[in-house]
Amino acid sequence: MDGWIDFALGRYNYWIAIILMMTGLYIVYERGNLVKKVVGLNLFQTSVFIFYITIGKIAGGTAPIYIGGELEHGESEGEAAGEGALHDAPADHVNTIPEGAAATPDIAAKIDNSGQALHGKITNDFPANDLKAGLESLKSPADTTADASLHTAPDIDAGKIANDALAAVEKPPALALDLSDASLHGPDASNAAANAMGEAAHQVSEVIYSNPLPHVLILTAIVVGVATTAVGLALAVRIREAYGTIEEDELEALDNIAEFGEGAAAGAAS
Amino acid sequence: MNLAAQLPVLPVIIPLVAAPITLLLPQGRAPHLWATLISWLTFAVSIALVSMVSDAGVISYHLGDWAPPLGIEYRIDLANALVLALVSGIASVVFAFAYRSVRVEVDPRQSTFFYCAMLICLTGLMGVTITGDAFNVFVFLEISSLSTYALIAMGANRDRRALTASFNYLVMGTIGATFFVIGIGLLYQATGTLNMADLHDRLVGQSNRMVEAGFAFIVVGIGLKLAMFPLHLWLPNAYTYAPSAVSAFIAATATKVAVYVLIRFFYSVFGFDFAFVGHAFTYVLLPLGLAGMFIASLVALFQDDVKRMLAYSSVAQIGYMLLGLSFATVEGLTASLVHVLNHALMKGALFMAVACVVFRTGSHSIQAFAGLAKRMPVTTWAFILSGLSLIGVPLTVGFISKWYLLTAAFAAGHGYAAFLIVASSLIALVYIGRVAEMMLLRDPPSEGPYAIPIKEAPLSMLIPMWVLVAANIYFGVRTEFTGDFAARAAEALMLAAGGAP
Repeated sequence: MDGWIDFALGRYNYWIAIILMMTGLYIVYERGNLVKKVVGLNLFQTSVFIFYITIGKIAGGTAPIYIGGELEHGESEGEAAGEGALHDAPADHVNTIPEGAAATPDIAAKIDNSGQALHGKITNDFPANDLKAGLESLKSPADTTADASLHTAPDIDAGKIANDALAAVEKPPALALDLSDASLHGPDASNAAANAMGEAAHQVSEVIYSNPLPHVLILTAIVVGVATTAVGLALAVRIREAYGTIEEDELEALDNIAEFGEGAAAGAAS
Repeated sequence: MNLAAQLPVLPVIIPLVAAPITLLLPQGRAPHLWATLISWLTFAVSIALVSMVSDAGVISYHLGDWAPPLGIEYRIDLANALVLALVSGIASVVFAFAYRSVRVEVDPRQSTFFYCAMLICLTGLMGVTITGDAFNVFVFLEISSLSTYALIAMGANRDRRALTASFNYLVMGTIGATFFVIGIGLLYQATGTLNMADLHDRLVGQSNRMVEAGFAFIVVGIGLKLAMFPLHLWLPNAYTYAPSAVSAFIAATATKVAVYVLIRFFYSVFGFDFAFVGHAFTYVLLPLGLAGMFIASLVALFQDDVKRMLAYSSVAQIGYMLLGLSFATVEGLTASLVHVLNHALMKGALFMAVACVVFRTGSHSIQAFAGLAKRMPVTTWAFILSGLSLIGVPLTVGFISKWYLLTAAFAAGHGYAAFLIVASSLIALVYIGRVAEMMLLRDPPSEGPYAIPIKEAPLSMLIPMWVLVAANIYFGVRTEFTGDFAARAAEALMLAAGGAP
């Protein structure tokens, strides 16, 4: 039973796509109003967009924007901080620090959005715009007074840490809860989140991206969908001009009258 | 960068670039001449490609020089070279034919838009045929379909039912295309690639639920586009109420291209390693093909509208194509490809003959055909000759199609199918015979709406129409072009699919 529930819940994104798909198809089939039909068709197509996006998503993957080259071309401050933090890191870990640098302001932004109570603390005590300070804290993970939920033991493998930390990024409400807990311990607490993030980024050996191709495909499909909707609605407008109605059964009755005369339509209706 | 290296992309690029230019031209003769010129150019390029493929084998063109499987590949082998030549050939004839017919049937203010949409439709059909990328097929399919919706709706100038026909086609066509995309998405999920050749390599040995579902979605989606028998409901109205030139063009090309896509997915993407292909052949295509042949032919028998009759006949003819490819033999596939080609020739000519009648009488009701042999003899004989071809009389292309189909049916051990093919041809004899009797033996009506003095259709319509009628007879006598070429294409497809040669 548990396995079954996990199976169902673990695929909630597919359920959403399927439910939307069926809703859309049902509207197309059931509704006699041509505009509603077009809307149903649109819903049906949208479900496919969601389906494609769900294919492309990789758990823990970041947006598919290449960030590996920022070390050389990034802003001088971020670069300096990155190098400072990395003074003893092996060469193949070079790619990871800009990830940390990117993630730190990212999490700051999330915190910023998630609670007014924390707002002042974060913007003042944790300098979201100052990467240097954020990265400085990477150097000394031992200093943290972090909440247990965010503090990660050093022996856990890097991939898991990265996943946990990035999962935290994906769930701002949960993070906000943790942080408001943490804020009871004092101003250092907001740094803890950033710390955990930074540590995770420090240990992860490569950046995980979501698959960009489905996004590109769906951009194309959206264009096609918009075009279809536009043509469908334009046809509905023309039909209304020609017939004076956009209800399917009335259109059918009008066509029958045109073809067989008034009596035939009345006969068919009775 | 020499031109020959860029040749494979030209059949898509030429009409695509030419379409918006059409809108800049002044109304009147110019858009028509421009579109015709472009279609001839496209046809010339396609013929060049056919001879290149015939001599040198498969051409692979990398769009933007991005190597497949990441980049989009245009892949031309014998099968799609044949379809390319067919589509552009029909386009070059129908575009030349269209001018007078369109002038009376389409709102004159829309004439530039009409030719623009025709060129976009041509672009889409050529793109579907030429591409080797599964998602690209969807994009081009929708490019051609969207322009077709607009073209059909332009028939509203004569009959407002064209609008509802177009709307219904839009709804069903979009559902079909979306099903197709879902199928592609599932295949992408299973393989991580969209290139057809690469898909085939990676699908070998994979036979899980996801791939099976993807297969089902693709077959149903394409089935809607090609008007496979129970999914054909959009077709009769769309063909009936579209402007006659549009009917001639899409009846001869759009469903044929969809049949090609189905063949491509069955043979080149899935192949016989995938058990579902065999099941689909035996349990879906064979019975539906047979049912379509009979039911649609019988419905055609009772139509009083000649265009609608031809539309139902198209559904029946698609049944023959599905039947041929469901045998899963080289002979069957050859028969299918030959019939794709031949049916385009005969249906194109028939719809053009009806367009001539509409041009003079203003109607495509069977009553309008009464006594036409005395009033429009050239058109009448064009209709009768291509009608004979539809029935399958020797010395016409229809006979060649039926011959290949019958041979394939016997070779595949479906003797009963051979009997049914002959029987359904007899139904075609009856419905074509009805119109022929009306034209040849009845007297011109002396009263009623059709009792108007009419003369033969203008030469600008007769010449293109007779080009197609002549093609019906020429390829019926000299089969070495179509038959042998299709046989080579079928062998190549079968080899790629991993079936017995």
